[in-house]
Amino acid sequence: MDRTGQIRPDDILLFCTQRNEKIRLAYFLEYYRKQGVNHFFFVDNDSDDGALECLRDQPDVSLWHTRASYRRSRFGVDWLNWLQRKHAHGHWVLTVDPDEFLVYPFCDTRPLRALTDWLDASSIKSFSAMLLDMYPKGRLDAQPYQSGEDPIEIASWFDSGNYTMARNKAFSNLWIQGGPRARVFFADAPAKAPALNKVPLVKWDRKYVYASSTHMLLPRGLNQVYDEWGGEKASGVLLHAKFIDTFGAKAAEELERGQHYAGSVEYKAYAERVRDNPQLWCKWSEKYINWRQLEILGLMSKGNWA
Amino acid sequence: MTASLGVVMLVHNALGRAEQVARHWAAADVPVVIHVDGKVPAKTFDGFRAALADVPNVLFSNRFSCEWGAWGLVAAAQAASELMLSRFAEVRHVYLASGSCLPLRPVQELIEYLADRPRTDFIESATTADVPWTVGGLDEERFTMRFPFSWKRQRYLFDMAVKLQRGLRLTRRMPKGLVPHMGSQWWCLTRQTLSAILQDPRRRTYDRYFRHVWIPDESYFQTLARLYSTNIESRSLTLSKFDFQGKPHIFYDDHLQLLRRSDCFVARKIWPHANRLYEVFLTGAADALNKTEPNPGKIDRIFAKAVERRTRGRAGLYMQSRFPNEDWENGVTAAEYSMFQGFAELFENFEPWVHSMTGARVHGHLFAPDRVHFADGQTALNGALSDSALQRDYNPKAFLTNLIWNTRGERQCFQFGPLDNQDINWRIAKDPNAQISVITGAWAVPLFRSNMDFADIRRIAATLQKIESEHMDILRSPFSKARVRIWSMAEFIEAPMEPLQGILDEIGQARIRRLSEAPKMVDLNGFGQFLQNLKNQGMHPYLMGDFPIERGSTSGADLPRKPYLVK
Repeated sequence: MDRTGQIRPDDILLFCTQRNEKIRLAYFLEYYRKQGVNHFFFVDNDSDDGALECLRDQPDVSLWHTRASYRRSRFGVDWLNWLQRKHAHGHWVLTVDPDEFLVYPFCDTRPLRALTDWLDASSIKSFSAMLLDMYPKGRLDAQPYQSGEDPIEIASWFDSGNYTMARNKAFSNLWIQGGPRARVFFADAPAKAPALNKVPLVKWDRKYVYASSTHMLLPRGLNQVYDEWGGEKASGVLLHAKFIDTFGAKAAEELERGQHYAGSVEYKAYAERVRDNPQLWCKWSEKYINWRQLEILGLMSKGNWA
Repeated sequence: MTASLGVVMLVHNALGRAEQVARHWAAADVPVVIHVDGKVPAKTFDGFRAALADVPNVLFSNRFSCEWGAWGLVAAAQAASELMLSRFAEVRHVYLASGSCLPLRPVQELIEYLADRPRTDFIESATTADVPWTVGGLDEERFTMRFPFSWKRQRYLFDMAVKLQRGLRLTRRMPKGLVPHMGSQWWCLTRQTLSAILQDPRRRTYDRYFRHVWIPDESYFQTLARLYSTNIESRSLTLSKFDFQGKPHIFYDDHLQLLRRSDCFVARKIWPHANRLYEVFLTGAADALNKTEPNPGKIDRIFAKAVERRTRGRAGLYMQSRFPNEDWENGVTAAEYSMFQGFAELFENFEPWVHSMTGARVHGHLFAPDRVHFADGQTALNGALSDSALQRDYNPKAFLTNLIWNTRGERQCFQFGPLDNQDINWRIAKDPNAQISVITGAWAVPLFRSNMDFADIRRIAATLQKIESEHMDILRSPFSKARVRIWSMAEFIEAPMEPLQGILDEIGQARIRRLSEAPKMVDLNGFGQFLQNLKNQGMHPYLMGDFPIERGSTSGADLPRKPYLVK
């Protein structure tokens, strides 16, 4: 289903790959439409839960379908890079998963276009938003998620201050780890904890590519989303609503398919812990209120946007 | 009837908004002359002009191509001003505004404000030597060099041209009688001053000169007004804030209250999609006219803070968009903290004692090999910091900076020693927030009190001594920026009250005035002999200082037993 003919020159585009996430799509589309995304690009990886049909009927969605291997497309990156190269040149592009929700400075009062206009005026081409793992208080499966609900209402807690970062010389990006996954799932192997750095919002040029998921881009200058002389650049957060009741089934399925990063080591770690009462919440968990709270905690910054 | 105020409007995009604002001025009988950037396509321009055709006192001036930092903007202002002065004889003040300017107060208030000050020119105008505004390092030089290339489109050529002129020491002379002044390009001048500038017999000379000055729109009128004005108020009536790159801050709907309370007449720059701002400020009818002076203080503070955040950031914060190079942090950590070495070994109840005396949070050995010994035996701390040694040692520097950041507002103290992870030593030594107190050699006390074989004790003592000695070298190095105090154990035991008092003073909580109670020292009876035994086995413990064989017994027995009163 190709509706790319509708796209106007200054539209903000969103790119997403998904598999069997129908239950999440209703709220996902609503959330990003409200922020001001004008057109959605979906690559559906062989869904059989009705997601394909659901997306096909959306007036602002262009949809591609594939049965090919997620792993061999470098976890969907190749599919999206190709679509972006073809359709996104000159547009602001947001690349997110169906369980990622962008929060940026002033997002409660200013639409996404205010941010992209400001980035344009400041000659900034890429915008950082680290992944913040959200989780419920109590068992992950205690409160079932219903289609259309805000998943952050269920998974409303996060770790506020246990992130570590290091420079990745090869791509000059920051490599951020930590959060509940490092704390609980990778307590014995912190080096293997998943990367949380992301650059999901980019003024696209056909010369650009995502090198590994949305963690880093080429050319490398696009990864320079951090200041090295003490100042703060503007940045946001991707609220990651992965850890809700659907997670157990998802982890089991993904483990079986073996289609995820580094031999699905992440899902192996999850599967082991998930069996015995998964509880990510701890006494020092922080309950999500709004972007200002995240900015005060130092997880994101307004930079010089005021 | 035409008002005594006329508005010259320079427009280059968001024409719909410009039209709205022009209508707003015109509705108050204020004549408007609009200059549309020559780069706007003819078709768009014609549409814009047609849209305003029904408003009689809105005129359009000849179009020039305007580029940031170049002459076109001045030429545009000149042409539009000339048209304004010649066509509207009643106009006494001409206000230069842009298409993204928005009047915040009823137009009538501005008219009356100016009518009360009929001879005053409002133009920010300062000599280059006195202001630090300039971005890019060109202040004096913007008047003494030529700038044939565009800064935005031909940056390389621009920079090369500057370099070349610097290298060859090429300068050019200012026309006689001019003193270079700079300031905001948004001014409000009286007919007298403005016409004197525009009708000056030497205008061709001046124009030729300013054509090659960099950013002439910030200096042409600002310099020439000084020749003719009898009464310059060196400030702009337009609220316009600039960020650290010299780019104007933008106002959005959420600035509504802030703009309202600023009492400024006109604000720039407004985001074209800020529907609420346009709706409120262009439709609000004033009941009673307000005579207050503009007061942008609060807005100034907010934007100054934004610049500060962008250039210096929050001290001690490491995050996705702030990751300073080592030694460029503007604060390695977020707050002052204390590190104690040897105290917990020498005193039985040191941690609770410090806590009760100061109220600070006193941790055990945060960098211990088995786990992180948080205060009160907690398994995690603020920010969900884990007590796992493995997690901590994956990045011990981040562990420390996170800990101090997460507990902002509460003083942190912790114990350290040669058994702990030493990877952190340089980081702490170079941190001006660190207050480090060390009793060297005190690590021997637990060995002395242990039930180990002496051969093992000897081996461990040798290792610990080597580690502590290396650590002391770091603390004493010229690169160390921490507040460091080091006593040998013998020295400390001699007179412990004074150093303890000093440490508590430094932590600085108001709870104590004078130290009346010392922590309880462990029984050191026989410690001197213990050290001698080590020596006899060929391992010379030197970090403790000179410890007489028998002395450990007396001082150890005396000190801790009863409350110790300092005169």
